[in-house]
Amino acid sequence: MGEHSGGSGSGAGDDGRSPRIGRRLLVERLSSYWLRGAGYFAVGLFAAIVVALLYQSLPLLAEYPLSEVLLSSNWDPAQNQFGFFPAIVGTVYVTILSMAMGAPIAVLAAVYIAEYAEGRTRTLVSSFIDVLAAIPSVIFGLVALVVVVPFVGNYLAPAVGADATGLGILTVSLVMAIVVTPFMISLSVESLEALPDELRESSLGVGATEWETIRSVLLRAAGPGIFSAVLLGFGRVFGATIVPAMLIGGQTQLPDSVFSTGQTLPTLIVNDFGELMSLPLTQSALIFVGLLLVVVVWLFNFAAMLVRRRLQRRWQYQ
Amino acid sequence: MNRYTRERVAGVAVRAATVLVLAVMAIVIGVTLARGGRVLLANPAIVVTPPGSRYMLEANGGFLHAVLGSLFIVGPATVVSMVLAVSTAAYLQSDYSSERFSDVTNMFLNVLWGTPPIVYGVFVLTVVIALGARTSMFYGIVAIAIFQYPIMTRYTDEALRSAPDTVREATYGLGATRFESAVMTARAALPGIVAGVIMGFARGVGDAATVLFTAGRSTRMPGGLFEPATTLPVLVFDQATSFNAEVRSHAYAASFVLIVVVLGLILASKLLAGRYARFAPGGRNS
Repeated sequence: MGEHSGGSGSGAGDDGRSPRIGRRLLVERLSSYWLRGAGYFAVGLFAAIVVALLYQSLPLLAEYPLSEVLLSSNWDPAQNQFGFFPAIVGTVYVTILSMAMGAPIAVLAAVYIAEYAEGRTRTLVSSFIDVLAAIPSVIFGLVALVVVVPFVGNYLAPAVGADATGLGILTVSLVMAIVVTPFMISLSVESLEALPDELRESSLGVGATEWETIRSVLLRAAGPGIFSAVLLGFGRVFGATIVPAMLIGGQTQLPDSVFSTGQTLPTLIVNDFGELMSLPLTQSALIFVGLLLVVVVWLFNFAAMLVRRRLQRRWQYQ
Repeated sequence: MNRYTRERVAGVAVRAATVLVLAVMAIVIGVTLARGGRVLLANPAIVVTPPGSRYMLEANGGFLHAVLGSLFIVGPATVVSMVLAVSTAAYLQSDYSSERFSDVTNMFLNVLWGTPPIVYGVFVLTVVIALGARTSMFYGIVAIAIFQYPIMTRYTDEALRSAPDTVREATYGLGATRFESAVMTARAALPGIVAGVIMGFARGVGDAATVLFTAGRSTRMPGGLFEPATTLPVLVFDQATSFNAEVRSHAYAASFVLIVVVLGLILASKLLAGRYARFAPGGRNS
């Protein structure tokens, strides 16, 4: 290639072809720089996020040991008390509750779409799921304010003898289960569809019913894929911001029941944002929350990726 | 329970789960359209009226500032993000990069794709603090562009991957450079790329957490690139918990606009993908 560009440099103008190939090679060279830059952009962005968040949360970590910050339940930025424990407990509560509600439904619906539905029904249902996945989360929050909040406050909480306004951990979990389900469905459908048809054929061929095929062959074969979908769902709920901020009630306390109000890590950032600009230590504390979120969500993602890799390796022969 | 009963129960269970999910979707869209529609029918002018001086308290005026803010923030962000995403995907798919580098980068892209939007918001905010700047429309654009980048790259990458190998082989056979070959491949994958860009726009226009801290949450008309602005989701978020019922009703009207835009974009992406599919030999139209 160097030979070509050298030749075009000396022979420019001599005949009609050389300047053209020179220009083409110039475009090729310039575009390859640009594309290389774009290729490194993802890694660069990743690194920049880690460095920026880490650097800005250093003031907090210099002042307090990590264990104290994570395990103290005293959150009062005005008094320089930064205990993330209530928010961590709230986040874990919400994540586990919504996954407990969302994951089984997501897997069942994915089985329906991948194995039961056919033809037009299948296209229709899966495009509706796509639509559901694309609805902005702020709309889920808004609708939940008029549907789920009164339902929890007026019916569900009195039915179990709890006193609640309707805002709280259970409400957030319910809505987050709805938000994250379509996402898990489409990922699970993908991994079910990727299975070779011979699996279905041979299982049905030896006399298994459809459900037996699904349960003991397909779900087991696609297990890593579905598991990784659920892990990604975990990550989604863990980092969800808008829905919890609208529905959780925003009180930094250790939740004593599923109906009590609380705080999750992202809502901590949203609710205390007003104070952020003025106090450097609060600013650092809230950026540390961001760092914490990133680390946990990335752990979920990496775990999901490793699991998926295993699935891909297992079905490589197809 | 014998195996045939179990078979029937399972059939009912998977159908019930699907119906439940679809019913929830119908409720969410229905409530938004009904409530927002009622407000908009009574007073359609609020979409194109600038906000009054005490808009968030008394709901005087309309939310034109958020509509324009959304357009001015998400539009440029989508363009920036599209250029970056297509370039990244082209780099990863074509003969520029080694397979190993593609693998590693794809891993990072996947992780970025799963990163919560609020993290991007906080990240851009740390940049704003470090620069000693003020939150403004510009940083909103940056935050949204970063948020859209992994989403669009994923779609574009998938589209390029599904473009037939014969296109690349034929262009190389005719003596094309790598860049010319990449352009031809992109053309073959156009439906997927267009669908991806539209989906990226839809996701960007619906996201509140990234712009919450970066665009300035202003309640006035956007004044310029370095002036505070707001977007529709942020407006809905701020108005939803207001004590004034009229302010809350504006939140429904705004969410009506938002959901119509998002649904329209998804529909457009599906239609366009189907329309362009005939230009793409062997390309998947999803």
